[in-house]
Amino acid sequence: MASKDIYYVPHSSKWPLVGSLALFTTFIGGGMLFNDNPNANYVLLIGAAAVVYMFVGWFNDVINESTSGKYSKQVDTSFRMGMGWFIFSEVMFFAAFFGALFYARMFSIPWLGGEGHGGHNGTHQFLWDSFQASWPLSVMPDPSKFTEYKDVIPAWGIPALNTALLLASGVTVTLAHWALKAGNRQKLVLWLFLTVALGFIFVYFQVEEYAHAMNDLNITLNSGIYGSTFYMLTGFHGFHVTMGAVMLLVILLRCLKGHFTKKDHFAFEAVAWYWHFVDVVWLGLFIFVYWI
Amino acid sequence: MSTLAHDHDHAPSGLKRWIYSTNHKDIGTLYLIFALTMFFVGGAMAMIIRAELFQPGLQFVDPQFYNSMVTVHALIMIFGAVMPAGVGLANWMIPLMIGAPDMALPRMNNMSFWILPFGFALLISTLFMEGGGPAGGWTMYPPLVLQTGDAFPFLIFAIHFLGISSIMGAINIIATVFNMRAPGMSLMQMPLFVWTWVITSFLLIAALPVLAGAVTMLLTDKYFGTSFFDAAGGGDPVMFQHIFWFFGHPEVYILALPAFGIISQVIPAFSRKPLFGYASMVYATASIAILSFVVWAHHMFTVGMPLKGELFFMYATMLIAVPTGVKVFNWMATMWRGAMTFETPMLFAIAFVILFTIGGFSGLMLGMAPVDFQYHDTYFVVAHFHYVLLTGAVFALMSAVYYWLPKWTGYMYDEKLGKIHFWLSTIAANVLFFPQHFLGLAGMPRRIPDYNIQFADFNMISSIGGFAYGLTQLLFVYIVIKCALGGKKAKDKAWEGARGLEWYVPSPAPHHTFETPPKLTKQMLEM
Amino acid sequence: MKTFFIKFLSILALFPLTAFAEWGLNMREGVTQISQRVYDLHMLTLWVVTVIGIVVFGIMFWSIFHHRKSKGVKPAKFSHSTTVEVIWTAIPLAIIIALAVPATKLLIDMEDTSGSQITVKATGYQWKWKYDYIDDDLTIFSVLDTKSTEVSQLNSGLNPMENENYLLDVDEPIVLPTNTKIRILTTAQDVIHAWWVPDLGWKRDAIPGFINDNWAVIDKPGTYRGQCAEICGKGHGYMPIVVKAVPMDEYRIWVAEKKQEAEAKKNTADMVLTMEELMTKGEAVYKAQCLACHQANGEGVPGVFPALAGSAVAIEPDQRLGHIHRIIYGKNLMPAFGEQLSDVDIAAVTTYERNAWGNDTGDIVQAKEVSEARNKK
Ligand code: HEA
Ligand code: HEA
Ligand code: HEC
Ligand code: CUA
Ligand SMILES: [Cu+2]
Repeated sequence: MASKDIYYVPHSSKWPLVGSLALFTTFIGGGMLFNDNPNANYVLLIGAAAVVYMFVGWFNDVINESTSGKYSKQVDTSFRMGMGWFIFSEVMFFAAFFGALFYARMFSIPWLGGEGHGGHNGTHQFLWDSFQASWPLSVMPDPSKFTEYKDVIPAWGIPALNTALLLASGVTVTLAHWALKAGNRQKLVLWLFLTVALGFIFVYFQVEEYAHAMNDLNITLNSGIYGSTFYMLTGFHGFHVTMGAVMLLVILLRCLKGHFTKKDHFAFEAVAWYWHFVDVVWLGLFIFVYWI
Repeated sequence: MSTLAHDHDHAPSGLKRWIYSTNHKDIGTLYLIFALTMFFVGGAMAMIIRAELFQPGLQFVDPQFYNSMVTVHALIMIFGAVMPAGVGLANWMIPLMIGAPDMALPRMNNMSFWILPFGFALLISTLFMEGGGPAGGWTMYPPLVLQTGDAFPFLIFAIHFLGISSIMGAINIIATVFNMRAPGMSLMQMPLFVWTWVITSFLLIAALPVLAGAVTMLLTDKYFGTSFFDAAGGGDPVMFQHIFWFFGHPEVYILALPAFGIISQVIPAFSRKPLFGYASMVYATASIAILSFVVWAHHMFTVGMPLKGELFFMYATMLIAVPTGVKVFNWMATMWRGAMTFETPMLFAIAFVILFTIGGFSGLMLGMAPVDFQYHDTYFVVAHFHYVLLTGAVFALMSAVYYWLPKWTGYMYDEKLGKIHFWLSTIAANVLFFPQHFLGLAGMPRRIPDYNIQFADFNMISSIGGFAYGLTQLLFVYIVIKCALGGKKAKDKAWEGARGLEWYVPSPAPHHTFETPPKLTKQMLEM
Repeated sequence: MKTFFIKFLSILALFPLTAFAEWGLNMREGVTQISQRVYDLHMLTLWVVTVIGIVVFGIMFWSIFHHRKSKGVKPAKFSHSTTVEVIWTAIPLAIIIALAVPATKLLIDMEDTSGSQITVKATGYQWKWKYDYIDDDLTIFSVLDTKSTEVSQLNSGLNPMENENYLLDVDEPIVLPTNTKIRILTTAQDVIHAWWVPDLGWKRDAIPGFINDNWAVIDKPGTYRGQCAEICGKGHGYMPIVVKAVPMDEYRIWVAEKKQEAEAKKNTADMVLTMEELMTKGEAVYKAQCLACHQANGEGVPGVFPALAGSAVAIEPDQRLGHIHRIIYGKNLMPAFGEQLSDVDIAAVTTYERNAWGNDTGDIVQAKEVSEARNKK
């Protein structure tokens, strides 16, 4: 049946519908949660379980089709393009939050502090005349509404360490890829294992850092725009690292099961790309959130 | 012609065919039916708006409900009607136009469709929640939107959900176009409809995640105490507007570019003459897309930006008239010395060119910052965007439906009824929206349920036009259903002057086409 | 031009509805030099696009009429021409540059607020305006007039057509001097509003936490009306703006009078009114300030604005102070009225709420109680 000339168009599949329903349920659960509905957790749980079910089922189908040789080179290219543009959309998602950070630092805080021409002088004079612009913003324009914090996380502590960890993991995943291409399964598993480990160590340190920030430094989501941008950027990034690490783990398990071949290992590459993307975003975070 | 299609053509039957589908034509059909349904739902809300505005004083709804009608009308029309209709056409036609067996990622294709009904269920359900539906306008500006009741998280999640669908759809289109073209078809030989959709897809992938980010910040501002949009914590309500419109302006071209593509197919077909300036059409589309990312703040001239910012955004906005003009002139030159006939698709296409241009002209006027200080947030703006959206995007979609219906159903639609539909729609739409220019200039703000009596007459006229336009669309549904059920058999090449690969497969297009890549002839590649 | 023509006809057909002169078709020229220049630029652009439209549509219709198959035309084969493409890129570009020049000049002048003689700060609230005359230390609040409020209720049975200024009148218009450079600052308390008087030639958003500024020199005395121009919730259509422009000396007199009035309002703590007087006054205050949210029948809007009829706050004796405090200080979406209303007003409206719509508590709240409530938080 399998023909390398014919583009593989799968016959009907239930996963898309299951996936839509699963997400639907999850979103309903989320909405209920925010409205303090006592049943929210159950709905969320059902939704999340359905999402996992969908992913497992869907990917299983894909893996089976792939291993049974139904995919031509062209199908492979489609997957690659899909993954590439998906990552690009993720980049744009982060861009929104970086945008918020830049806007606050370059415009809103200076304006509140009395800089800028035109009306924004009035802003300081009539509304916030005791406010002093600074970054990190530790004294908010209206301090009474926000949690004050003691200090910010210095760049050259855990963040620098985490940078090193992620950069190293970028190297190890590449080494794993080389090993895979060279057909050296032992090395592949070793390097991949190291990558996964580095990923989870990163997450561990990130959690530590959050604990430190919340408990010792008193930085919360409620700490004005600094806390807001800090947690949103690092939080979404941390979430992506976690997802990436889990995906790497799945790939590692698949390697152990002997799944990929020298030539044919798109899933591996897709996750590796994702990992690099997470890595690059972190560099942006390290520079703009922690460092300068 | 059947060499290009397989005879062992069997479509799975029953419910499963539709809900588990991986077939681009079936999914395209689902999209189109869904979009039409949503057009009626959003249109029904518009009818409530117009009924309330028929006379001064409040007759039917309270102001809060009015506001949520305006908000949900816009969200449904944009995300539920025009975008899905465009994606539906892309699904149906792109594989046929480039000689591909299907979309590149067929399963994902089905998921991007199935998200829509659930996403809109989520959105529409908010109207029945405590505190009512979202009522801060489709632009969702904080702090007002943060006053939404229980509907709030559902609104945000609905937007996330629909965004996921659009991004998946866009990825699929890009992969299809770049990976699935029949051998021998270069990028610069693709029909313009395909080009406009590729470029639209880039806009989608770049713009929608930003919207997702923006509404996520709304969510955390409301529930987690962040202060992105709160000056007291160092944020700025206007920051939301910047992020929103960074998405929002490209979004309006997401609605417009596929329409340009449709028109670029239809006009050459009925002029029996190749499209004028193919290459410049592609470049103009690309320029519009790129420019669309640097003009966003023209929606916010009145927020008090620094002078330099206002000037920059004013110049960039005005600049968009140039590539758009190129497109209009190219259509004009395509008609020039053609041998035109005026079937319904062509009529809608010509009306599009004129009425969209009128909308573009008012757009240019809005783009002049110092004058926009007067126009902004008045019915002048409402008139502008309905000209580009309704008599623009929607008219183009109507044109497309008439143009390709024979290919989809295998039958010709009733031409006479089609023409009646066209004339009634065109007259009604102008009665509906032209007077709104006057209302806006005379000083009627938008998003108000009740108004001073000086605006009474034009509002009444506009409402009459609105009801007439709405009723006329029932005729459209009748025509489409009638055509699906039977009629004069359509030829494979349903229109004498039609160009493109889709006319080389049978009408109706069989369930599977181009399972093996077609051998392209020179004739097939003609524009 | 068929569509145009038909559109035009259909509008004409409906014309007899009113006298022609009442139809506002175009932008107002306004009463400042800036508004005049804005109007001129508007007309210039309008003419430019009209001419472009006539040319473009004209050519199109010419070819629609002459290049039709039914006339036996054979289609030409040409499909591009670099020359014409360059021309029709260059000409629009030139037109746009020509339009951008006056636009730039005007914009620069509009943004120049230097040298202003008076500063007025307009603050948007849901749904009223507060005006601070910064130089004169005078504050006034301006809400939709009670008559419009009553007529505008859903199914009020009253006819809006009877009032020429329906929805455009306020209880307290603001007065501004003519021939004076007035700097108008805009900001907001709760959500974004926009301050717009068309005759001044611009609108400006009023953004909570930020201040925008703009300016006007009004040439002609008169009454100029405008409206809030940014959606701000349920009452967005109901927060008009009325500017009365008068010569400088009249303006001075007005300021002096208003200040006296304000002074008088401050000391109402000692006023003692009868139940009847309180109820009448209370009803008036209620209609002007509270009705927009809590509704005429005190039922509120479920889920958004609580009902006062039958509400514990407005009935229980031990919540009496809480009731007064709610009005003085507000809570969440409930705005604070302490600054705007005098002691006796608050006393009256409290009394009214505790006795209207079947709340029949018989409670009487006097101004003294309010004055004391202000001092014990
Ligand atoms: C399909 C959707 C669509 C399209 C294509 C456009 C096209 C344009 N729009 Fe529009 N716009 C909207 C949808 C769209 N818009 C919507 C939905 C809103 C309101 C959102 C909201 O607030 O809710 C809006 C609002 C809006 C505003 C904000 C108004 C305000 O709120 O104050 C502005 C301001 O600059 C603007 C400008 C333009 C311009 C310059 C174009 C240009 O692209 C038009 C270019 C076209 C032409 C100019 C005509 C053809 C050209 C020629 C024939 C060449 C020669 C011409 C000249 C030299 C002039 N639009
Ligand atoms: C693609 C987008 C799109 C489309 C197609 C439309 C179509 C229509 N729009 Fe919409 N509109 C928007 C996008 C769109 N609109 C946006 C973005 C806004 C801004 C929202 C905001 O401010 O936040 C807006 C706002 C808006 C307003 C301004 C409200 C306000 O500011 O207070 C008005 C008022 O007239 C209006 C009217 C209409 C009408 C009458 C139609 C008609 O064309 C609809 C016609 C369709 C039908 C009527 C359905 C078919 C028929 C039936 C259901 C049968 C029954 C018929 C009868 C009983 C007569 N729209
Ligand atoms: C902008 C809308 C708005 C206006 C105007 C308004 N209110 Fe309210 N009011 C509210 C809201 C919202 C609440 C609920 C506050 C909360 O508990 O979160 C409320 C609560 C109250 C309560 C407490 C009711 C209860 O059961 O908790 C009283 C009493 C009250 N308002 C009186 C008044 C009076 C008197 C006026 C006019 C002088 C007025 N309100 C004007 C919105 C408004
Ligand atoms: Cu205040 Cu609209
Ligand atoms: Cu725009």
